[in-house]
Order: sequence, then structure tokens, then C-alpha cells
Amino acid sequence: MPSVCFYFQVHQPLRLRHYTIFDKNDQYFDEIKNSSICKKVANKCYLPTNRLLLNLIRRFNGRFRIAYSVTGLLLEQLERYSPEVLSTFDALAETGCVEFLAETYYHSLSFLYSRNEFVEQINKHIEAINYFFDQRPRVFRNTELIYNNDLAALIESMGCFDAIISEGADHILGYRSPNFVYQPKGCNHLKLLLKNYSLSDDIAFRFSNRDWAQWPLTADKFARWISNVNGNGNVVNLFMDYETFGEHQWEDTGIFDFMRHLPDEVLKHPDNNFKTPSEVVQSYSSADTVDVPHIISWADTERDLSAWLGNAMQSNAIHELYRIEKKIKDTKNEEIIGDWRKLQTSDHFYYMCTKYFADGDVHKYFNPYDSPYDSYINFMNVLDHLHKRCSGNMDNGALCPAPGQGPPELSSGPTSGIENLPNLQPVE
Amino acid sequence: MLGWEFPPFISGGLGTACYGLTRAMDQLGMEIMFVLPKMVESKYATHVKLLTPGSHKSSSSVKFDELKNVKFRALSSTLQAYTTPDSYLQRIEETLRLKQNLLGGSFSSASQLFMSRDYGSDMYTEVHRYAALAAELAGDEQFDVVHAHDWMTYPAGIAVAAIGGKPLVVHVHSTEFDRSGEHVNQMIYDIEREGMHRADKVIAVSHYTRNIIISRYGVSGDKVEVVYNGVERIGQWSMDETVIDKDEKIVLFLGRITMQKGPEYFLQAAKKVLEVMDNVKFVMAGSGDMMHQAIEMAAGLGIGQKVLFTGFLHGEDVQKIYKMADLYVMPSVSEPFGIAPLEALDNDVPVIISKQSGVSEVLMHALKVDFWDVNEIANKIVAVLKYPPLQMTLRSHGNFEVRRLRWKDAAARCGKIYEEMLIPV
Repeated sequence: MPSVCFYFQVHQPLRLRHYTIFDKNDQYFDEIKNSSICKKVANKCYLPTNRLLLNLIRRFNGRFRIAYSVTGLLLEQLERYSPEVLSTFDALAETGCVEFLAETYYHSLSFLYSRNEFVEQINKHIEAINYFFDQRPRVFRNTELIYNNDLAALIESMGCFDAIISEGADHILGYRSPNFVYQPKGCNHLKLLLKNYSLSDDIAFRFSNRDWAQWPLTADKFARWISNVNGNGNVVNLFMDYETFGEHQWEDTGIFDFMRHLPDEVLKHPDNNFKTPSEVVQSYSSADTVDVPHIISWADTERDLSAWLGNAMQSNAIHELYRIEKKIKDTKNEEIIGDWRKLQTSDHFYYMCTKYFADGDVHKYFNPYDSPYDSYINFMNVLDHLHKRCSGNMDNGALCPAPGQGPPELSSGPTSGIENLPNLQPVE
Repeated sequence: MLGWEFPPFISGGLGTACYGLTRAMDQLGMEIMFVLPKMVESKYATHVKLLTPGSHKSSSSVKFDELKNVKFRALSSTLQAYTTPDSYLQRIEETLRLKQNLLGGSFSSASQLFMSRDYGSDMYTEVHRYAALAAELAGDEQFDVVHAHDWMTYPAGIAVAAIGGKPLVVHVHSTEFDRSGEHVNQMIYDIEREGMHRADKVIAVSHYTRNIIISRYGVSGDKVEVVYNGVERIGQWSMDETVIDKDEKIVLFLGRITMQKGPEYFLQAAKKVLEVMDNVKFVMAGSGDMMHQAIEMAAGLGIGQKVLFTGFLHGEDVQKIYKMADLYVMPSVSEPFGIAPLEALDNDVPVIISKQSGVSEVLMHALKVDFWDVNEIANKIVAVLKYPPLQMTLRSHGNFEVRRLRWKDAAARCGKIYEEMLIPV
């Protein structure tokens, strides 16, 4: 009796504007680009999909259930640029059939670099979800499903979570199937839900691929595959980016029709049902313990961190970012701290990825920059300026300098620490 | 094959390209007769045997040791790549004086005919004289295809192809629009245009150039093929860790100092860089008709002490300067291809290249700028100098990327184009 557990990741970064070494103001983010992308994605994906799923939930009278993880950064953007999307999310929350998960507010990689910052961002996100949707999340998902034993232990120690979500990577499961609830090694009560990447990617990546032997994918075919899990698993975890609907898979691929018919087809089989992650955790006990000493993620075929930390530029940028954490926080300046946190969004590091760059692929599609080098330069220029802002603060104890009058010693050579490359390994 | 530059007589990328291409063709087993307009001085006779117009019939052609299938023919001519009419005039006067001392031998009739209006007053006569001599020479030779490199050899190409009844390929390494912007020399344009239209195939060194050929010369697109240049790998991994102990970073401009190469943008960017960084020197390696202007401009910008002019560099000196440089900048206004950035990468120097260049089509691991965007050029120069991981990543990926750009592939592409033309329709 497999339960189908849908969780959709909903996130948009705040893209930086073109920022050169000669810029001296603290407007780092590209208002126009961010608002236009947010509105575009809202119209192509968020609004139509929210409405579709809301209708399905109402039609099936509580038998169709789903979960979302919406980053704080996106909630802020929706509030500003597309409030109508927020109200449809709110309507979804009110059905009682929708669960909201917790993650880092800024979709950051902070777990790898600063545990304090990590916990602060989770708490900030919990507050945001509570504020917008009147729910307190009980299940945690980390950015890009980055995960290891330490993360599970940390999340358990926070005391407010029942389960954590990660990638059902082959090398951590071995012969085991992702279609059970597991327990992270070293945890006592926290449970682990693992993504069924094969079935998830059938929708998220392969749906419109005409070279795929299973194309076209229909709802009844997919429902059959789910029913095949019967007797061989409890839950099918379908975790994917929400932008799959209408943005990665365009409307004309039939993705919305597929989704419209899927609940019906799945529920045709009397043993099948839909559950949210929290319900899955309550319904099934853990089948085994899963040991993940090394970090995994849901990205690319490597399922590792190489998309964000694979080259020297990425490592350098993120190290420099977290190296100034104390300085930033000591300013007690909300704007500086806010800007610093917005720079933590994993996307900024993803843009710097040189893996596959020459071949031009999925990495390119999501990249607002012409090249990973441009994105690194831009990021470092912004970070350099941010750093100067907080030095300015500390020196004279005054508020940060007004735009246009940056600190005087602009030519004082490389800022401290840039020459001696810090340890490139993330903390584990 | 008709060309007018070949190492060691080069003043720019054309000779390098001709050498790389013929060498690779040679390795692929194609037989090439390479006709040069330039009389080769005896001290370089180790490479090519002299062939003067009066004596070419009696001498046998000699080959480069390493080029088994390439025969060279040199025609006496004052033709040189990249000359402007002004500098041409100076050179021709010099040659005239020399010639007057040497003359006296008897010439064969055909040569004599053209010789009579030989040292005329302008380079166009020279181009046509070269054409006539090449045509005569070609009468004795067997060949399947005529391949002409750049406008000065197009009339020769047309003539040789007509005499031999063979297909003509014109290879466009640069156009008059690249060299002169909008102030095109109408005569050169007409020669280029005629060559492209009379050719059976036109080879462009990039899509950038292909677009110019189609839009500015009215050549039908299906006739124009793109064959990217390669790079001759000379930069080698060396054991001697000569860490040049220097406090100053060096930013390099290497190329002819002419309007086409955008030296003024380099200097304006330098000025901006020096506003935020102090320990940088800018080296301009090369010569050209804007050299004096550039020196004055550097002084005018108040950065004279930070800009060094080396003049034209040869062989080893080029390697040396690459070794010293932290960054290579090519702010060309219009660059059909641009082999120099590839050489820089081959020597482990990261590059900033103009988007108005053919090489930007093939390089991913390079920083790209619009030549006029001085602010952005400066921004990127500062970034490379200031953030070591950027330099590191550019260098390692760039060096790897360059290895994929091989003359062998360019030669094979040309070979394929020949084959297609030779198939009877």
C-alpha cells in the first residue's frame, strides 16, 4: 500500500545587479530582473499550478495531499512582486491537506560553514511559515537536499522536528529501496525520508524528452509504476522543484494535464493514497538505519557538492563570505546582516560552476550570467563592498556610510586574507 | 596555395595561420605548393630556397625539413601584410634603390612584360604583378585546388584558377572593415569583393567574419564556410620554477598598435585600474601606426610611468613576456579571429578578449568584454589581479581548452571543403 508523498521545492534567488569594482553604493540586487522573473514564474508556474492543485485537493475531499518548502527569500519576493501567489498558497494551507516544511530561510549552504548561522536561519524560516501559513513545520529539508549524519544529529538536537528529507542516492542505500521510512544513524527519534529519484525525475526531467523510451508519460502509466511498489515499500517520495510545472516543463508538454489526472489514476488502486511527509512519518516506522558519513546532495549525477563548491572560485567566494560573519553580526546593522544573508543563497555559487560549462547544459539555463567567471567577479565585488561597509561601521561607530561615499582606502591592495587562500574544505 | 607571409617573416597572425594550416595539411598528407610574394633573404635559406622571378624556371623548389609535402615558391615582391599605403611607399623606394643595383639579368618574356610596369606607384599594381607572376608560375605546376589567403592574393587566385581550370577557395583572415572600420579603402574592398564572388568557396575564420562577408560583401551564405584557426602548442611545461619575484602585476597588450586592435581602450582601462590599484604595470608589446599616438595618450592620461612600450617582439621575447604577464588583454575593435589569446592561454596567461572577435566564439574560459566598455575592461582586469582563484581557474581551464583547438582539425575541415568542390556535379 504505497503512499504517494509529494513535496515541491519553491525558491527563487535574489539576483545581483552588475556590480563593478568602481561601484560604491549598497544596492546589490537587481530589482527589475528579480521582479520580472518572479512575475514571469508566477504566471507560468506558481499561479496555474497552485490553482490546479487547490482544485484537486477540493475535488478529492482531503484524499489528495501535498507538501511545500517555500524559501523565506521567495516569500519576501512574492509579497512584493506577486501577492496573489501568496494568497493562493494561503488558500492551500487552509485546506488542511498541505504541509509546509522548514529549511534555511535564505536557501543557504550555511550548514557547511556556520552552525550558528544555520540554526538562526532555520528559526527565521519557521517564524516566516508560521506568520504566513499558521503552521509550525515538523519536517526539515536542507538546501539542495544536502545531508549527512551530522546534519541529522543537529536537526534532532533542535528538538522541533520529527523527520528530515534527503536524496535516495544509490550509494547510501545500497540494495535498499528509498520506498521506506528510515532512521539516520546516530538519531533516536528523528526519521529520514528519501527521495525516489527515479520516479521523481521521470516527471521533473524526463517528462518531455522525446528520446526517452517511455515518452509520452501518461498519468495512468505513472500510476501503474507507483502501484508496482505495492508489497515492496510503504511510500513513494516524489520530491521536485515546483518550477517543473510550466517552467522546466512547459505547459504545451502536457505537464498540467498529467498532474490533473494523476490523483484519479493513483487512487483507482484501493491500496494507494497520498500523504504529507509528517503523515508518512506517523504512519510508518523506520525499516532500517541509514549511515551517511559523507555529504550528499540531489544535484547532477555526482550527488555531491561539486555544483556549488567544485572549483577554486566557489570555495574562495563562500569562505570569504563566512569568514566575515562575526564582523557582519557585530555591526548589529540589520541591513548589512540582511545583505550578507542574501549573498548566502546557494544559487550565487551555482552560477560559478565550471562543470559542464563548455558543453552548455542545464547549468547554463538557470544562469543569469554569461559565464561563471562573470558571476564570481560580480559576487566578489559585492562582497568586497559589503566588507568595507562593516569596517566603516566599526571604525567610527557611526551608521554605514551613505551611498557614494565609500571608505577612503579603496586602493589598499587586496583585502586581508584574500591572498592566503583559506582551507578549501567545508567543515564536516 | 597563395599567401604572402610565412614564418619567420610575419607581422601578424596571418603568417602564423598559414604556417599552422600548411603544416597540419602536410601531416595529413596533402601536397601543397605555397607561393610567396616575398623574396627570402639568404640568411634564412635553411628553410626555403631562393626563387627570384628571373630564375624560377631553372631552380628546383626546396622544402622545409619538417614539411614533406609542401613546396615553396617565392616571388619577388614588396608585398607585405598589414601595410598602409604610406609605409608601402617608403618601402618601395628602398626596394627600388636596391633593385637598380641588382638589375641586369635577362628575364623571360612573360615576366618582363609585367616587370615593365613592375615597381609602379602603388600597392595595387604590386598585387596585380604578383598575380601575373603567380599565374605564369602556375602554368608549370600540377594542382587540384587554388587556395588564396586574404585580399592581396585574390587576384592571383582568380588568375591561377582560371588558367588551370581549377576551383578557387578564398580564405578570409580579415576584411577591410576589420582593418579600417568604416573608412574602407574602396580599391581593397573591390578586390576582396571580387575574390569572394569569383571563388567557389569562401572560408571565414569565424562566424563573426562570416557575417561580415555575407552582410558587407553580399556573398551568399551557403558558399561561406567557417574554419576556426588552431594554435601551435609551443608553451611547454617547464621544470625550472623561475618564480619571477615581483611586487608588480603585469597586464599585457600584445599585437599591432593600430586602430583595429583598440590600443586606446587598453590605455583608458589602464587609467581606471590605476585609480583603484597601484602595483600594476601595463605592457604594450607591438608596433604599428598608432604607436606614437598611444605613447602620447598614455602620457596625456598621466599614466606614462605605468605603461611600457616594447616595440615588436619576436619568438623568444614573446615567450618571455608571456612568462612575466599576469593577464593578457585583447580589446580589438574588430578581430576576425585572434590567435594571440590562444597563445597566451597556451602560455598559462589568462585572457580578457573583446566580444567583437572570432576567438570569443571558441573560448569559453576567457573573460569577454565589449571593446568600448572601458569600465568593464578595467573591472575585469582588477578582478583578475585581485582575486587569485579567478586567475587560477581561468588559467587551468583555459590551458586545457586551448588543447582542443588544433590545426589538424582546421586542415581536415579544409580538406573536406576541397573534396566537396572536386566532386563533379
